Amino acid sequence: MNRMALRNVVNTQTVALVGVLLLNWVLFPGFFRIEWQDGRLFGSLIDVLNRGAPVAILAIGMTPVIATKGVDLSVGAVMAMAGAVAASLVVAGYPAWIAVSGALALGLACGIWNGILVALLDIQPIIATLVLMVAGRGIAQLVTEGSIVTFSDPTLVFIGTGSFLGFPMPVVIAFALMVLVTLAVRKTAIGLFIEAVGVNRSAATLAGIRSRLLLIVVYSISGLCAATAGIIVAGDIRGADANNAGLWLELDAILAAVIGGASLLGGRFSIPMSVVGALIIQAMNTGILVSGFPPEFNLVVKAGMITLILMIQSPLAGHILGWFGRGKRGAAR
Amino acid sequence: MNRSLRPLLATVVIFAIAYAAAVMQFPALFSTRVLGNFLTDNAFLGIAAVGMTVVIISGGIDLSVGAVIGFTGVLVAVLVTWLGVHPLLAFAIAFVVAAAFGAAMGLVIHYLEVPAFIVTLAGMFLARGGASVITQDSVPIDHPFYKMITSLYFRLPGGGRLTFLGLTMIAVFIIGAILVHRTRFGSYVYALGGNTTSASLMGVPVARTTILIYMLSSVLACLAGIVFSLYTSAGYPLAAVGVELDAIGAVVIGGTLLTGGYGFVFGTFVGVMLLGLVQTYIIFDGTLSSWWTKIVIGFLLFLFIVLQRLVFAASAQGDKAPGRA
Repeated sequence: MNRMALRNVVNTQTVALVGVLLLNWVLFPGFFRIEWQDGRLFGSLIDVLNRGAPVAILAIGMTPVIATKGVDLSVGAVMAMAGAVAASLVVAGYPAWIAVSGALALGLACGIWNGILVALLDIQPIIATLVLMVAGRGIAQLVTEGSIVTFSDPTLVFIGTGSFLGFPMPVVIAFALMVLVTLAVRKTAIGLFIEAVGVNRSAATLAGIRSRLLLIVVYSISGLCAATAGIIVAGDIRGADANNAGLWLELDAILAAVIGGASLLGGRFSIPMSVVGALIIQAMNTGILVSGFPPEFNLVVKAGMITLILMIQSPLAGHILGWFGRGKRGAAR
Repeated sequence: MNRSLRPLLATVVIFAIAYAAAVMQFPALFSTRVLGNFLTDNAFLGIAAVGMTVVIISGGIDLSVGAVIGFTGVLVAVLVTWLGVHPLLAFAIAFVVAAAFGAAMGLVIHYLEVPAFIVTLAGMFLARGGASVITQDSVPIDHPFYKMITSLYFRLPGGGRLTFLGLTMIAVFIIGAILVHRTRFGSYVYALGGNTTSASLMGVPVARTTILIYMLSSVLACLAGIVFSLYTSAGYPLAAVGVELDAIGAVVIGGTLLTGGYGFVFGTFVGVMLLGLVQTYIIFDGTLSSWWTKIVIGFLLFLFIVLQRLVFAASAQGDKAPGRA
């Protein structure tokens, strides 16, 4: 346990995050300056946290899904739907708590739907969630009737742009979710069950794990996280944009989980590291913006980084390191 | 033998029923004009979907298809319009670039043992980003050769036009079907999709086949990009965003299993036509908003995967484990 704790503080991901942040600092000297204004913190670093929060929340939900050898492609569409439902409800005159519960209930329902397709109908996760990814955005547009529904409800706007103890609200929500889910999976046996199902579902079922229920729960959590991110994004722009809310964020969330060391083949995951992964992605985005490079370089840099991380994590690199007798192959597995 | 054709049969029957129902409501849909436009409008999607079929039968997936279409369009447009290169030479350059790109992805997938999903995701970022770095704007292509090709067509009885683009798609489907169902490479692809380890033990050259599969997919995506640039007479870095999802949808609706090892090129053709029918129907109706397209396609996907489950649950005893995706 002690060894684990040590390895959790200094590892590839945190080193990469610090590296990207230092690079940003070199390119833009004021990067680490943080100011206290109007009862909240301001600065590029806070901005990285704030802008990275939606993807981090998605990654918190996505990581357990990936650990069960699955993937949830529908999270972007669920974000759009949740935002659309919340916005439509407050515009129709309902109080904010009903709007938020409605959006969360929708996320839960989407997650259960995905879970049923994967667990009960045994459909491959990538295609089961593709259904909702394609149809979900259409449903969101149906809810908003094709327009961007704008609102000024103070509670929803507070969720997107408010602050708590000086930190932006999205960051507070993401942090709370991270702690909650991490405790839930690591202080109980659930994390072990998730990994067991990811490594070999039949074996896990034979060993007495109720893998179907577990899968449905895991996809439900992903749906709930996606709905939370959807409410935040809608609150941030004070409107629900069914076309663009959460567009392609599922790919960023998967990327965050993979950077965080989760294996797409299931059986290995770490929620805090996935959040670090999301922050690495956002730190690069912010870095490219503040250093004055054209934003088009963003995708190219991202592609380069994925390739680099894949090479480091691949079994082949493990073998090569093994030959030199320095690296531990266990670390690459 | 008969049983394995059932998903394909189901797709064909559903397409026939859907088309008949649409024709009942709008008799004008039953004309060679509409059918000819079906082929022309979906040519780029169909060509990309052939490559996707091969990739999916081999148990992989290629998310970079849409980005390669966009990149090819930009590359060809820049070469022709800015540098004055003849379109045919520009096409050749684009094919070489795409083949190298696909080969690189195949190499990484095989030798680094990384899931195809992540590698092709990186490929998608790279191709889309590369296109945006070259130019941000839509670059028009105004070349006599382009005008010549887009004006080539056969007149069908009833006023329809079978354009060069539509014919290209049909040719790609026929060649693709022969390649997959009648050649040694095709049987290697099925063997890989069935089980990579046993395929390798049986003597299938896994490395070469994997690389060839992703090269084929990228080259076909490049051809789709050329067709798309002929169709729109321009290159735009954000063209064909999300086409990979339409292509995957068409492949799945066409009865190919995402777990690999099973599928038909002809099924993909019917799948593409079914997607085209949904769009055309919604345009004909006029009162339905375009976002219904997405909902209907999502529903169709759901219908077909459930159908496949039922057919395979009835026929297969040993369930396949979820494959690498």
